Amino acid sequence: MLYFSRWKALAIVGIAVLVCLCAVPNFFPASTVAKWPEWAQRRMVLGLDLQGGSHLLLEVDAKDVKQQKLDQVRDDVRRILRDAKIGYTGLAIRGDTVEVRIREGSDAQAAYSKLRELAVPLGGGLGGQRSLEVNDAGNGLIRLTVTPEAMTERLRQVVEQAVPIIEKRVNALGLVEPTIQREGADRILVQVPGLGDPEALLRVLGKTAKMEFRLVDTSNSAEDAVSGGRVPPDDDLLYEANRTGQKTPILVQKQVMVSGSDLTDAQATFDQRTGEPVVSFKFNSNGARRFAQVTQENVGRPFAIVLDNDVISAPVIREPIMGGQGQISGNFTVESANELAILLRAGALPAKLTPIEQRVVGPGLGQDSIEKGKLASYAGAALVVIFMFATYGLFGLFANIAVAVNVAMIFGVLSLLNATLTLPGIAGIVLTVGIAVDSNVLIYERIREEVRSGRSAISAIDAGFSRALATILDSNITTFIAAAVLFFIGTGPVRGFAVTLGIGIATSLFTAFTLTRLIVATWVQWQRPKVVPI
Amino acid sequence: MRLLRIVPDDTKFDFMRFRRISFPVSAALSILAIVLYFTHGLNFGIDFEGGTLIEVQAKSGQANLQTMRSTLGTLGLGEVQLQQFGGPSDVLIRIAQQPGGEAAQQAAVEKVRGALGSDVEYRRIEVVGPRVSGELLYKGILGLFAAIAAILVYLWFRFEWQFALGAMIANVHDLVLTLGFMSVTQIDFDLTSIAALLTILGYSLNDTVVIYDRIREMLRRYKRLSMPDLLNISINATLSRSIVTHVTVAMSLLALLLFGGPAIHSFTATMMFGVVLVGTYTSVFIASPILIYLGVGTGRTEHVETPAPAEESPEPPKPSRASPAKARP
Repeated sequence: MLYFSRWKALAIVGIAVLVCLCAVPNFFPASTVAKWPEWAQRRMVLGLDLQGGSHLLLEVDAKDVKQQKLDQVRDDVRRILRDAKIGYTGLAIRGDTVEVRIREGSDAQAAYSKLRELAVPLGGGLGGQRSLEVNDAGNGLIRLTVTPEAMTERLRQVVEQAVPIIEKRVNALGLVEPTIQREGADRILVQVPGLGDPEALLRVLGKTAKMEFRLVDTSNSAEDAVSGGRVPPDDDLLYEANRTGQKTPILVQKQVMVSGSDLTDAQATFDQRTGEPVVSFKFNSNGARRFAQVTQENVGRPFAIVLDNDVISAPVIREPIMGGQGQISGNFTVESANELAILLRAGALPAKLTPIEQRVVGPGLGQDSIEKGKLASYAGAALVVIFMFATYGLFGLFANIAVAVNVAMIFGVLSLLNATLTLPGIAGIVLTVGIAVDSNVLIYERIREEVRSGRSAISAIDAGFSRALATILDSNITTFIAAAVLFFIGTGPVRGFAVTLGIGIATSLFTAFTLTRLIVATWVQWQRPKVVPI
Repeated sequence: MRLLRIVPDDTKFDFMRFRRISFPVSAALSILAIVLYFTHGLNFGIDFEGGTLIEVQAKSGQANLQTMRSTLGTLGLGEVQLQQFGGPSDVLIRIAQQPGGEAAQQAAVEKVRGALGSDVEYRRIEVVGPRVSGELLYKGILGLFAAIAAILVYLWFRFEWQFALGAMIANVHDLVLTLGFMSVTQIDFDLTSIAALLTILGYSLNDTVVIYDRIREMLRRYKRLSMPDLLNISINATLSRSIVTHVTVAMSLLALLLFGGPAIHSFTATMMFGVVLVGTYTSVFIASPILIYLGVGTGRTEHVETPAPAEESPEPPKPSRASPAKARP
């Protein structure tokens, strides 16, 4: 137990020093480290609770997605039956299904086989799951149901499409190092360190940003539609909010003239005449052609710029707009104009996203937490070091060296893994000091016992190590299991605690099995003690 | 240099005698904890109940709780709790879950921001919607059970099943008492509390395993020792270690409690109770004596001719033989 070959001893010290060295980049400012070679740049990341920032969990609105899907099926049915010249009545969405009644009984079979073509196989055609279930309910009634599998698939697609759009939006806000990742089937986690205005993030990510240019229906009165409750079938009743938040009803045609997907650029600028903040935009060639055509045909009529079913503004077309460029003025502030420009540049989300969890920590609190964590660590370490020295003397000193190496190694491993350090994580490190000490205590107490049972000094030390190590292994594995479970169920700061606790157990096992033993063995060879000084 | 010895060498405390006291006491305390859990309940934080938490710091340096309470009371947000947090300038505002789904929670934050204006610095805002809070609670409970199960399986492989069962009973006892503590003190029960519970689980087991390890060693070494004596020797042999280790852990925790700030206060307080107070007591007074009742070393008497193969066959070979374990119901 107390003999180490030279190479083994070198390897142990080498590994310990190497792992400790990995912590070095954390002590230099980020700008300095950036100049180092890439392999030397790994460092710990401060968690959002320490450096401040926003954690936002967004969920795809499944209802919205389902509605879109059903609308699409209804439109497909209409198109197919029209193309096939099959008469129908009562095409409508009922719950999860689209229903249609074929007028002539003789057409029912043909309609059924035509509509069955809508049900395409999911996932490359194997497995047999289809996107739709088409049923002939008799009497010419055909039901098309969206299958749960198709919904799951669609949700997956929506999340996939949404991530890059969210990335664009977050980056456009000028935020550094955001992380955007999928969570489960229908969620997206956005984490942004050190954000000054978390509400802006929420505003920018909470909007679908579906932009449409539609004509205003001037032949009917919006007030009548509000009071009478009857909206003309080709119109939508939308509202325009003015600066004070007052809402004016406007009847807008359902038909979309040009949509936001044809935009190539949008910028927040100032109107040259009034000096008001506006958003200028540019269409692609397709959009420009459509926009020119529409404005040419409708000079003198108002058109509405609609964002997520709210009218931003409804200006009158004074002259045809030919160049594919224009500007939106809609009671903007500089901030809101900028946000709209960001939304338009990044494009619309495929479905509505709802924030279901938000955690924001201000930079002041983060700094406080770092300082408190440091203070607690120093105080805890000081208490433990003094106590160990008082209890075990020279061997206590050995234990303190092992504990110090331990903490340095934890920082090294955390840096290697680019792990996140949170406040509970710091608590984990402080507790690890306790665990590391325990390994030494177990060994030393065992040595004391062996001495009492009459062994010679060297033999007692040897036996103490070999008997205690089995116990250390057993007891640490149980704690490690708890840490592992915590890692898998935990989120954010709690996970940070699990990480440091787990790593701490691993490093304290390493030091107990190698470093402490090596130190004691070296001391034994050097001093050849007759009595054990503990 | 004279070294500090908290525990003198070769103690010979008769810990086993206390099982007649410790078992009823623990049973009573556990029942009390369970009753408390049902009468007082746990003070669920927003992680598990949903709602909004806002930590503000008055820029003037002195927060006026009275005015803030009346300002926020007029917003129609239902129950709003205000609480001094750390220094005199810091206030923690807790708003209950708003009816009307996920978007309504965000609206509540907007209202509070509007009402408090720029007199305060917003240090922390947490909004947890109803769906997430339900999932977090489910995951937390699942995690606790998964950890207990995983540790049980490990102990079962490393020791005999009686040890695994004994450790688990001791553990559940720890967790129940800690939950009782949390319900008496009404400490916020949130995600970090689950972390605290899991750590208590790990630590208390750590302690139990150290003693069990020694018991197993003794079982192999002394074939003729009666079970209570053997347990007493094992506990006494590891006593010094138990004390020294717990003093160091308590020191670490004390540092966190005093200097770690209010954010981890409930976490460290729970740990202090669970690890230092309950964990130590449990491994000595519950986990070890329970082995007698679980039938470890049954069939041992002082004058057995052939040593009973205690660790190879945990089942009592002759149950009719009176042993200390059977002497009690």
